[in-house]
Amino acid sequence: MSERISTASRPRALFDLYRTQARMAVARESQYRMRNVMSLIGFLTEPVVYLAVWTAVAQAKGGSVGGYTPGTLAAYFIAWTLVRNMNVVFTPYGFEWRIRSGEMSGQLLRPAHPIHYDLAYFAGWKVVWFTMWLPIAAALVLLFRPELHPEPVEIAVFAVAIWGAYLVRSLFQWLIGLITFFTTRVAALFEVYIVAELMLSGRLVPMALMPSWVQTVAGYLPFKWTFGFPIEALVGQLGTRTLLTGLGTQLLWIGIGSSLLALTWRAAVRRYSAVGN
Amino acid sequence: MRTLRLIALHLRVVAMYEMQYRVNFFLQLFQSLLATGTGLVVLALVYGQVDELNGWSRPELLVVLGVFTVLGGLVQAVIKPNVVQFMEEVADGTLDYVLAKPVDAQLLVSIRAVRFWQAVDILVGAIVMSVGAAQLRPGPGLLAVLGFLAALGFAAVIVYCFLLLLATTAFWFVRVDTFVESFDGIYQAGRWPVGIYPSWLRIGLTAVVPVGFAVTVPAQALTGQLSWPTLAGAAALAGTLAIVTRVCWRLGLRHYSGASS
Repeated sequence: MSERISTASRPRALFDLYRTQARMAVARESQYRMRNVMSLIGFLTEPVVYLAVWTAVAQAKGGSVGGYTPGTLAAYFIAWTLVRNMNVVFTPYGFEWRIRSGEMSGQLLRPAHPIHYDLAYFAGWKVVWFTMWLPIAAALVLLFRPELHPEPVEIAVFAVAIWGAYLVRSLFQWLIGLITFFTTRVAALFEVYIVAELMLSGRLVPMALMPSWVQTVAGYLPFKWTFGFPIEALVGQLGTRTLLTGLGTQLLWIGIGSSLLALTWRAAVRRYSAVGN
Repeated sequence: MRTLRLIALHLRVVAMYEMQYRVNFFLQLFQSLLATGTGLVVLALVYGQVDELNGWSRPELLVVLGVFTVLGGLVQAVIKPNVVQFMEEVADGTLDYVLAKPVDAQLLVSIRAVRFWQAVDILVGAIVMSVGAAQLRPGPGLLAVLGFLAALGFAAVIVYCFLLLLATTAFWFVRVDTFVESFDGIYQAGRWPVGIYPSWLRIGLTAVVPVGFAVTVPAQALTGQLSWPTLAGAAALAGTLAIVTRVCWRLGLRHYSGASS
């Protein structure tokens, strides 16, 4: 019986799962408005620091650095704040907790792959965050006076690319999280991931300001499709062709991430031993 | 004297406890080096573009990074664990046991929880600072070093008082852990001299959340950019904060109504 349901109406069931889980996230997170606003404000130090530093560098160089003026840098790092919100996904630390508390055991019994619950929940959460981000963005625009003149196609690609970024980052952080099935602890590895992301994604600094060999290396890795690409789609002058190729590359990394995840998942579940109570 | 003996005793207990988990030293060292390495790469990127940032040369910013790391290590190893434990105890009422002891409660809540291995940051930061200071031309004189040590002391007092002041609000609002958590984020702004920020933010990082001020002043002392009025200002801020914190602590204790559950 259950076999029949899960194969015959799978896409429909999955769609319902996503819809319900996302709606639950919206309902639940709307309760903690103050906490959510505080975390969004907590995210602001990082880009404001980067922006201040590179604006100072641009001014010291006579008005621009690597093609960025203080105005376009402001646009870059304000778009950054939205992309950062989109990039909040279930972290490997959460995996540590799930494994150590034994919560994972319950999740393994559910009918769909556990990643669907996370993807749907965090996607719903984004809706809450987006509405809270709007006034924050307005304040940033007033304070930093960004120069931003996006074309309709750039806005459209940006709107798609931030979801692509969300999926790529979710998949790769889930992959790292799966390491906890083998080791229970993951902090050190995750910190290496974050440093790689800082350097190779455009999170720390627009990729154009990096040495060219770093840009070449970054081209072969998934990181820049989670930060640099969506931001530059909106802020930069990429041209329609580069924009579409970029979306295609995001799709490619989603494919690679999912395949790696599927393979690792099988080994990891076999290895799983519930720790905790 | 009794205070010092009490501190030494607590440190010994913490050390004995943490010596059981020696691998944590290497994990902490690894994380410390990773964070410092990232900081160094950013400095390299910036100074690949310019020779001077807002009047700060590369070795001078190395000193800033060092002070930032040392002070951050102090926060993570000593100040924050204590403050967090105190807030939890206010929330669940176990602060009663602290108050029942025959020593000053503020002293006791400030020395109990120390995360020993986090102190690795202090070591790594001191090394970065020394490397930066060694590259300074002309090198820092005796007066500069003395000024630096004084300023570092004031900075420690400022940060400690600020965090404890935040935590003391727990006497009234009970759940204030997010305040202290958001301090970690804001502290990152101390990585750079406070002068590079736009004026509204500079004022915020000096007067509202004085982390920018706390990190920049010792670095200025070591790099010979410090004027005596600024050092006096730091001393005054540290003194005022210490008094305000003490007064708020007393008021809070009077407000504390004891075990809740």
